[in-house]
Amino acid sequence: MSPYDEDKFGQGTRPAAVCAKGWGWQHSGRAARAVHDLDLNIAPGERVLLLGPSGAGKSTLLHALAGVLGADQDAAESGSLTVDGENPAVRRGSAGLMQQDPEAQVVLSRIGDDVAFGAENLAVPRDKIWRRVGNALDAVGLDFPLDHPTSALSGGQKQRLGLAGILAMQPGLLLLDEPTANLDPAGVLEVRDAVLRMLERTGATMVVVEHRVAVWVDVVDRIVVLAPADRGQGGGVLIDGSPEHVLRQARRMLTDAGVWVPGYIPITRRRKDAPGSRPASQSASRNRTGADVLLDADQLAVSRRAMNAHKRRGAARRHPVAAMASGIDLTVSAGAALSITGPNGAGKSTLALTLGGLLPPLDGRLRAADALSRGAGPEPHRWKGGDLIQRIGTVFQEPEHQFVTGRVLDELNFGPKLLGRGFERVDELLERLRLTHLAEANPYTLSGGEKRRLSVATVLAANPSLLVLDEPTFGQDANTWAELVDLLTELLDAGTSVISVSHDEEFTQLLGGTRFPITAAGRPIPQETQPAAAHREAAQPVAAHFAAAQARAEVSGEH
Amino acid sequence: MSIDVMAGPRSTAVLARANPLAKLAAALVLTIVLLLSVDWASATVALVFELAVLPLAGLSARNLLLRGWPILAAALVGGYGSALLAPKTGAVLLNWGPLLFTEGSLQSGVAIMLRGIAIALPGVIVLASTDPTDLADALAQKMKLPHRFVLGALAALRLVGLLVEEWQTLGMARRARGVGSGSGFVGRFKASLGQALALLVQAIRRASRLAVSMEAKGFGAGPRSWARESTFGPLDAWVVAVAVLTAGAVVGAAVGLGTWNPVFG
Repeated sequence: MSPYDEDKFGQGTRPAAVCAKGWGWQHSGRAARAVHDLDLNIAPGERVLLLGPSGAGKSTLLHALAGVLGADQDAAESGSLTVDGENPAVRRGSAGLMQQDPEAQVVLSRIGDDVAFGAENLAVPRDKIWRRVGNALDAVGLDFPLDHPTSALSGGQKQRLGLAGILAMQPGLLLLDEPTANLDPAGVLEVRDAVLRMLERTGATMVVVEHRVAVWVDVVDRIVVLAPADRGQGGGVLIDGSPEHVLRQARRMLTDAGVWVPGYIPITRRRKDAPGSRPASQSASRNRTGADVLLDADQLAVSRRAMNAHKRRGAARRHPVAAMASGIDLTVSAGAALSITGPNGAGKSTLALTLGGLLPPLDGRLRAADALSRGAGPEPHRWKGGDLIQRIGTVFQEPEHQFVTGRVLDELNFGPKLLGRGFERVDELLERLRLTHLAEANPYTLSGGEKRRLSVATVLAANPSLLVLDEPTFGQDANTWAELVDLLTELLDAGTSVISVSHDEEFTQLLGGTRFPITAAGRPIPQETQPAAAHREAAQPVAAHFAAAQARAEVSGEH
Repeated sequence: MSIDVMAGPRSTAVLARANPLAKLAAALVLTIVLLLSVDWASATVALVFELAVLPLAGLSARNLLLRGWPILAAALVGGYGSALLAPKTGAVLLNWGPLLFTEGSLQSGVAIMLRGIAIALPGVIVLASTDPTDLADALAQKMKLPHRFVLGALAALRLVGLLVEEWQTLGMARRARGVGSGSGFVGRFKASLGQALALLVQAIRRASRLAVSMEAKGFGAGPRSWARESTFGPLDAWVVAVAVLTAGAVVGAAVGLGTWNPVFG
């Protein structure tokens, strides 16, 4: 057999078997066990979807199988967990682990070097490494030169790069820990299909943890649902079987736990002011008089580097800052929803940050009307912090970025205290968002859904007239998702305006209001060319509405 | 787009192909010789040579000024200070109140300035023509430094570029919470301190996730192979030889012109 054949995929890989016998794990310094009394057998080549409520120890199990739990000296282990009959810690590197954060996937600065990294650690001879690198990049569909900088890749591409690195190690076991949670819909399919191609070539065993069952349900042989171990008793496997069987038997239990079961959309509150309930003329006249207008953008251009451009006018002229999105005309009125949509990199988040008064406009004009500014001046980015938070509240995609204290209660009190207000609203928000039992906890220790609820609550504590949300439903389980929709529709009905950036079609639909689609080049799509559905909605007479001024949009459309 | 300190295509300059260790050795030889004496002749010879080498490092005069202006500024200030404070020998050139410059003091000032630039430039040249990945390869494979430290530092360096963007995002995210509304210096200082702590928290969390990724890829589990071989070739011999010859020329010129002025003794 020639060396080349020996190195082809499928021949270097032997699918691994997983066996847990009464296995348990307790992280050092934690009162509760992460996993308790787990019995599980996975045959070589099996593809398993691992489900369970947050706190069931799914990630702990994957980390253990990858052999990366061992560094924790004071942790307590019970029972046994083996991969191909061996302790995973002694065979570290023989199982490939992929995590959620694309940025934490990349080790080196050029894609060829990064893919080679794992194979180097396994002491694969040099000539074989580069053959494996080429094959792996080909398998995940990354068609770039080997010295392409890894920083220039999108989130989905970074995840595929991580997968290529794993593939080059030829592991018999592939472990995926919510690999698509941080990706947009196109990125999700990109990564899923790359994983499938890899499995077809190698026949490796796969264990994937993912909230969105629909992504994987058609390609796994088996679904295993873990029970949380910290409820005193139990832990271990709750239900185990074929996807059809598990989804039929445990559908109710899974939806209660917030798992996105295929075909399930949580029941949420509907807008009172549903589109069509108000005559068009009324809305139009209110807009014409301008009584309700909060924010008005005219030929607005935005950039993340607008701040620097403002500081150094002279330098900016010599090195002009390129706009992320431009030619934007829109009007934001009281009590209405606006959804900014478009592909990745179109400048949606940058536009939201600018509308939220966090970035100065790069070009064009953004004016806050008197109804919003209430004497603070027409330019939101010049407002003082205290003035800003009681007018516009912005919720970032990553909740941790907005935590400013070490306690949930302090976090909520922060805004009211700054404004010299009472804390009545805080108790109400704690109750409403089910955070009361966590009031004394450190915000960083909360689960993903709890962090999201807290970050929304902290912004609402200052009672802003306009709420701006950047991908609020990204990576959220169905329960948190439904709570967000309920809360936002209530706020809208109560007269708060909501601007959201979202890839989530269902979410956008439920909030109602107007869509503001942007093209990949960062230009608004003229209304005539929008899809019929979006166009109809844009023309709907909502209580007040946002609309790209048609005539100007025609002029500024794509060329 | 992130600002990655290590991104960008590989430099095609001649010196970029040399082994980083050869370049470091060459820079070291030249720097040590320049440290031995304070005089204008040795510094001038070294400076002329260094400027001649710039194109080989792929550095244009404009890029050099952009990267190296702090060195230039520091050298000018240092030269000015020396001219002001050095022993006042020779004819008086300028006597204006407390400002007294003589031929002797001016000569010392110029020597200090040229020497400062000449000592700093080799470092700039090595940095500009060396890819961090190549340097890590050379340090681990040729110098036999522990690869866990070398590659760990290399991976960490990649995250430094992300910090710039993260800092900006944190600033906006915290303004959205009303942080930094306390006016005055103390208020702004407290806000910056809080933001720096938040940045540290994010950096540590990301670094620990990266460490898990690296460990899962078998990093540090045992002996490893190297996909990129760090080698010494004829070019590296040239780099070191030219540096040694230049060092000889530097000493020769200074002694020949009678300006050799050793720092020690």
